[in-house]
Amino acid sequence: MAITVEKPHPTGTDLFVREDKGQAKLDLVVEGMHCAGCMQKIERALNAMPGIGSARCNLSTKRVAVTWPHEQIDTGDTPLTADAIITQLSAIGFAAVPFDPKLVGAIDETEANRLLRAMGVAGFAAANVMLLSVSVWSGLVSDMEMETRSLFHWLSALIALPAIAYAGRPFFLSAWSALKVRTTNMDVPISLAVILASLMSLGLTLQNAEHVYFDASVSLLFFLLIGRYLDVQTRAKACSVAQNLLSLRAVAATLVDADGNTRMVPVETLAPGMTISIAAGERLPADGTVVSGASDIDTSLVTGESLPLAASTGSKVFAGTLNMTGPLQVEVTAKDDASLLAEIVRLMEAAEQGRAGYVRLADRIARAYAPAVHALAAFTVVLWFALGAGWQVSLMNAIAVLIITCPCALGLAVPVVQVVASGRLLKQGILVKAPDALERLANIDTIIFDKTGTLTLGTPELINRAGVDKHTLTIAASLACTSKHPLSRAITRAADGLPRLPLTDITETPGFGLQATHQGESIRLGNRAWVGADAGSATTGPELWLKHGDKAPIPFQFADQLRPDADKTIRALSGQFRLILLSGDTQEATRHVAGQLGISDWTGTATPADKIARINQETEAGHTVLMVGDGLNDAPALKAAHVSISPASAADISQTAADFIFQGHELTPVADAIATAIQARRLVLQNFGLAIGYNVFAVPLAMAGFVTPLIAAVAMSSSSLIVTGNALRLSLKKRQG
Amino acid sequence: MDALIFLIPVALGLGLLGLGAFLWSLKTGQYDDMEGAAERILFDDENEEDAGSPQDRS
Repeated sequence: MAITVEKPHPTGTDLFVREDKGQAKLDLVVEGMHCAGCMQKIERALNAMPGIGSARCNLSTKRVAVTWPHEQIDTGDTPLTADAIITQLSAIGFAAVPFDPKLVGAIDETEANRLLRAMGVAGFAAANVMLLSVSVWSGLVSDMEMETRSLFHWLSALIALPAIAYAGRPFFLSAWSALKVRTTNMDVPISLAVILASLMSLGLTLQNAEHVYFDASVSLLFFLLIGRYLDVQTRAKACSVAQNLLSLRAVAATLVDADGNTRMVPVETLAPGMTISIAAGERLPADGTVVSGASDIDTSLVTGESLPLAASTGSKVFAGTLNMTGPLQVEVTAKDDASLLAEIVRLMEAAEQGRAGYVRLADRIARAYAPAVHALAAFTVVLWFALGAGWQVSLMNAIAVLIITCPCALGLAVPVVQVVASGRLLKQGILVKAPDALERLANIDTIIFDKTGTLTLGTPELINRAGVDKHTLTIAASLACTSKHPLSRAITRAADGLPRLPLTDITETPGFGLQATHQGESIRLGNRAWVGADAGSATTGPELWLKHGDKAPIPFQFADQLRPDADKTIRALSGQFRLILLSGDTQEATRHVAGQLGISDWTGTATPADKIARINQETEAGHTVLMVGDGLNDAPALKAAHVSISPASAADISQTAADFIFQGHELTPVADAIATAIQARRLVLQNFGLAIGYNVFAVPLAMAGFVTPLIAAVAMSSSSLIVTGNALRLSLKKRQG
Repeated sequence: MDALIFLIPVALGLGLLGLGAFLWSLKTGQYDDMEGAAERILFDDENEEDAGSPQDRS
């Protein structure tokens, strides 16, 4: 019997489903996908869903592409929805969020593919033209007949000209757009050399000349396209990471309808007056007022404060904070211009302009290089003409100068260094997000650290474990393991390996503590008032008290611990750089950490505006600043600094703002990233040196007219190989150390 | 020199074949996920799984 299935109400996540030729398509970001096992699990689970067309994982971008027939009239199945797919994935332990391709404007993948196609064509042409050219060069010293040579030249022209017309377009277009606005870039001499050499060679072929330069122009294009492709690939990788990060925070709101139903909606669709529900452990998607429920709110990412605040009906809560202990219903309030988030967004927009002035090293060199090359070529024509040579010989020598000076070395060597350096950092858990970040990182002389979550782990740890006996700790842990409160979690971690007692009647009162019964005795774990401890004996840090039956309450004390290697890393860095500590936490807590690490320049209770002001002050004093921070309150500072690093535990908005992201509990990646950046810059400069040295040697030869196609081919290839080999030393160094 | 009449077209033809194969593999998205491709070789039952799943939909 056919039962008509009512189409489910479209939910927010279904907005991300695209329709294409009767197929519904959905891309999901699955950040937890790491290995073949994960891919297989995901694909198997999704392909087992009724009605699914196909599901395929992409491990490089950490995305899953799902397609299914859009209309399923006769199957009787419920049509698939994005929510059903996400639920299926969460059932096997993978958090997935829909990916919106419109999130970040330019996607470089098509550009990369275009370059790759051009590279393939150029490579084919270079190999075949070279094959013919080598025959001609050998023929010149043996007994090749003129007819055969001419045939080979014509064949070369037949292969090279269409290939150049196709594969050269990226350079021609770029050069043309530069010329249109009356500037010049690296692509102008490249295009000029390639086009002139090809036209000249065609003319020479018509005249049955001995030398033609088709091989030089196509292999030049081939080498340059490799470099260009690597460069785009690095940028595409950074872009795709940024897109994933944005997707992760796009869909996060659970809307509560007037009739009490809930559904997921994108955060952007939230409007004042809507009611949203936030489960324990979720982040608040918008500013609002609590209408029901009570909980503790962890504001550490927003303000840098390490202790949670209690929230109940009527409390104002802010976007980006973490709801820890109980479910809350919140009425969204208007985006308050005075709210912290609005302030941070405003500061970030202002800070953005600060960095736009940076010009990459290669571009700066290109600005001086292009005019110099044009001048040399023009000089060669004039000189030969003045010495009485024909226009053909003069032009030929000028073209030889253009070919020889073509920045193969520059175009290839810099991207190779970038790719090797990014790859090496990625293996150490450091992600390079901005393409020019490594260059900027190599220039710093001052490092500003945030405290909570950056120098420290951002989670409290039990510090008086020695003063608590095993039995008490067991009881406390048995109760604490039922709660998500960071202090409860700290007790659970400290009691790792101890048994858990069976407890009954466990209740959690948000803002106060936990209660349970064990063998007829009541147990309470919570703040002072909750257990009835005396108000005296003040302590400095966060604390919990345990009351077991009638016994005297026992205190547990906590502190936010430094990252395990913070001391070592900070001491190593303090030798090379000026270190500053800027924290939103109290003066007391900041001084304590600064003292522990030996940082003499520190400021507590710093607002986001204070942090920016300090960075600007340092910048105006001529310093280049690296900002290391994780909180929402650090985001504007991360944007304002010359270059910035965030831990992977940072607020989304900070990760988006930072140039580097490092993973794990250690602080060493910061030092590693700086060391790699400095090595990479050294290699880039060496390569520029090699390239210039090669030109100093080869340009006079070209101007003097000694450069035959054979010499040009050898010189170009060898210089490219030398600089590429030099760039690859970066990956060798890693294996030694 | 007569051999050239055959050898040059053969050499160019083989080269074009290679170029065509490269462009085809690019167009069909075989370079989209290099890391994933390296890991996929570790799947041991991909074919069985594809054959098995449609039966579950009955």
